Amino acid sequence: MLASLEGAVTAAVLALTAVGLSLVFGIMRVVNVAHGEFFMLGAVLAWWVSSWFGGHVAIGFVAALVIAPMLVGAVAALADVTILKRIDYDPERTIVVTIGLLYVIQQVVLMTYGPEARPVEPPFNTRLALPWFEWGENGLQLYWPWGLSTTSYKLFVIAAAAVVLEAVWLLMRHTKMGLVMRATQLDGEMAQVFGIPVERVYAFTFGLGAGLAALGAVLIVPIQQAHYLMGGDPLLLSFIVVIIGGLGSLPGTVVAALLIGMSDGIISVFFSPTLAKILATLLVALVLVFRPQGLFGTRTA
Amino acid sequence: MTNKTDTTRRGALKTLAAGGAAAASMPLWARYTHAQSAEPIKIGFQVHKTGIGAAYGRWYDRTTTAAAALINEAGGINGRPVEIIAEDDGTDPARGAEVVAKFANQHGCDLAFGTLFSHVVVGSAPTAGELKLPYFVVSEGHHVASGALNRWTLQPGITDVKSQVMSMAPYVVGNLGKKVTMLFPDYAFGHDHRDFFSAAVEANGGEIAALIPIPPTETSFTKYFPKIPRDTEVLYHVMVGPAVLTFVKELGEFFGPSAPAIFGFIDSLEAVDLASPGLEFLDGTYFWEGNPRYAQADQTEYDKFYREKVGVDANGASVSDPTDVSTYAHMFGCWETLYVIKAGMEAAGYSGPEDRQALVEAVEAITDMPQSNEHPQGAKLFNGKTHQVFGPQYISQVGGGKLNVVHTTSIEDTLYPDEVDYTTMSF
Repeated sequence: MLASLEGAVTAAVLALTAVGLSLVFGIMRVVNVAHGEFFMLGAVLAWWVSSWFGGHVAIGFVAALVIAPMLVGAVAALADVTILKRIDYDPERTIVVTIGLLYVIQQVVLMTYGPEARPVEPPFNTRLALPWFEWGENGLQLYWPWGLSTTSYKLFVIAAAAVVLEAVWLLMRHTKMGLVMRATQLDGEMAQVFGIPVERVYAFTFGLGAGLAALGAVLIVPIQQAHYLMGGDPLLLSFIVVIIGGLGSLPGTVVAALLIGMSDGIISVFFSPTLAKILATLLVALVLVFRPQGLFGTRTA
Repeated sequence: MTNKTDTTRRGALKTLAAGGAAAASMPLWARYTHAQSAEPIKIGFQVHKTGIGAAYGRWYDRTTTAAAALINEAGGINGRPVEIIAEDDGTDPARGAEVVAKFANQHGCDLAFGTLFSHVVVGSAPTAGELKLPYFVVSEGHHVASGALNRWTLQPGITDVKSQVMSMAPYVVGNLGKKVTMLFPDYAFGHDHRDFFSAAVEANGGEIAALIPIPPTETSFTKYFPKIPRDTEVLYHVMVGPAVLTFVKELGEFFGPSAPAIFGFIDSLEAVDLASPGLEFLDGTYFWEGNPRYAQADQTEYDKFYREKVGVDANGASVSDPTDVSTYAHMFGCWETLYVIKAGMEAAGYSGPEDRQALVEAVEAITDMPQSNEHPQGAKLFNGKTHQVFGPQYISQVGGGKLNVVHTTSIEDTLYPDEVDYTTMSF
C-alpha cells in the first residue's frame, strides 16, 4: 500500500516530465538533453513565486502552479526560436546545443538562486495513517497507527498529474492545435505545404514540453526541495521511460512511467532502492535489444 | 639562516611574559618590517562552493575569511599577512585532487586547507602527499586517525566521527532506549557512523535492531522507512546533502504521533531552519552538536566573540539574513584549524615552502589547546601520532524551537587507542 502510493507519486511526476520529452521528440525529432533543467527551473521558479506571494501558502502555490510552467515554457520557446531554429533542427547539433543549454540554465540558476536546497510549503498536508497487515503469531495482525502513512498532498499530486495528462491527451486528439501538431509530426514538409506554420508549432511544442516538465517539478517541490542539481535524475528517468514506452508515443510513455514508478516504489520498499534502479536499467537494455521501437512505438526511432 | 634565528627569537619572546609585553607595545606596522619578507603566506582553501556540500562550503568560506581577517589584523603569521586562495572542488573527489595540485603547482600555496566531505578528503590526500603539501582537513571523518592517509594530512581543528559517536553512545543507551535502528548515508562518512556507533552501543549494553544505508544523492526517503523494525526504541539518524530537510520531514510524516525516541546528528539539519514547516515533530528529540547552534544561557565569551566576528546571530543564522542558517556545528573547525596553522608556523619559524616539513613536525608537537578566542568550541587535545584532535561534544534537545544543550561530554569520553603513528612514517 505504502509502496504503491510512493511509487504512484514518482510515476505521476515522471509521466508529466517524460510526456514533455516524448512530445518534443515525437513532433520535432529533437532529443532535448536540457529537459531535466527545465524541470529544475520549474521547481526554482515555484520557490520564487511562492515566496514572492505573501499571505496564505495556498495562494503562492497556486500562483506557482500557473506562473512557473508558463515562464519555463516561454524560456523554452525562446530557446527554440533563437537557437534550435538557426541550426535547422539538425539531430546531432540539437543534442550538442541542448547540452549547452543544460549547463547555461544550471549555472545561471547557481549564480542567481544559489546552491541551497529550498523548501516550498505545500498548500495542505494532512497526515493519513495507513494500516499495516502482517501475518504474525496470532494470525493476521493489524498494526495501526504505526509508522506507515502518506499525506493528502501526495494523493493530490497523483490526481493532479492524471488530470494534466488527460488534458494533454484531449489537446492532442480533439483540438485543432493537436491536429496541427500531429500533422507536423507525420510530415513536417507536407504540413508546411498545407499552410501550417511549422516553425510556430515547433516553438509551441518545445515550450509545451518544457512547461510539462516544469509543472511536474512544481508538484513535486513541496515534497522534495528546489535545488540547482535536481534536474539530473528526472532527465535520466525520463529517457528510460521514453525509451521503454517508445519515442513519441504518449500512451506508451504513460504506461512506462507507471511501470518504472511503481516498480521503483515497490521494489525499493521490499528489497532495496539500488535493485530498483538496476532493474529499470536492465529493462531499458532488454527493450532496446528486443523491441528497439519501444513497447508502444510504431516506427523505428 | 640568520633570518630564521631572528624569527624564532621573536616567537620565543612572545611566549615569555616580558617578551609578550614588549611585543604588545610594538606598533602593528613595525611587525612586518621585522619579517624577512612581506610576501603573504598563501593558504589554498579547498571549498565546496557547488555540489552536495555547497551549504557547508558557503559557511566554511565565511568562517575562514573572518578568521584570516582577524589574524591579519593582529599582524599576520611570523610578520607576514595571510592570503586565502579559494578554489571550488564541486564536492567531487577527482576535482578535489586537481584543486590540491593546482594549489601546489600553480598558485604556489604554502599549504592546502579546509576540505569537509570525507570522500573529497580521501580523494585529495594522496595528491597532497605526493606533492609534499601540508593538507589540513576539517572533515570529521575517521580516515585521518585510522591511518588510511599520510603524514602530510592533519585534522587539528575538528574531532572525528569515531570519537563523537563513542561519546554519544552511553547517553543514548542510558537515557533513550537500548534497541537502536540507524539511518545513515551510504559512503565513507556514514560507514564511520555505522561501524563505530554500533560497536559503541553494544559496548554499552544496547543492541542494534537494524542498519539502513541511504545513497547520499537520494531525494525521496519514505521508501526506506518501512524497513525500520517495529520494536525500535531509538532511531539514530544522520544525513547529508541538499535533501536533508526532505529526509527529516518525511521521517516525521512517516511516524506521526507514534515515533520512537529519536537521536540525530545535526548534520541532518545543518543549514536548515529548525522552524521549517513539517519539523514540529522534532520537539523533544535529541541531537548531537559539534558546537551549539543557539547561544546557550551559559555562553562563553569566546563563543560570543567568534559568533560576532563570523556574523552569526544568537539563533545560529546570518546576522544579515535570519533565514540563512549556518553550519554552526562544523564550521568552527575552519577557525580553529587556521589558528593551529598559525601556532605551528610560529613554532617552526616557517619562512617558505622549504619549511613545509618543519610545519608538519611543529603541529605534531602540539598537545593542549585551551578554550580561548582561538578555540571557541572548547579546549582541545591534539594527538600528534594520529594527526587527530579531540574535544568536547554536545547533546541538545529540541524545545521551544531551539536546541538546548542537555549534556556535554568531556575530552576523556572521546578518546580511543591510537590506530596509527604517522610520526614514524617518512616524509
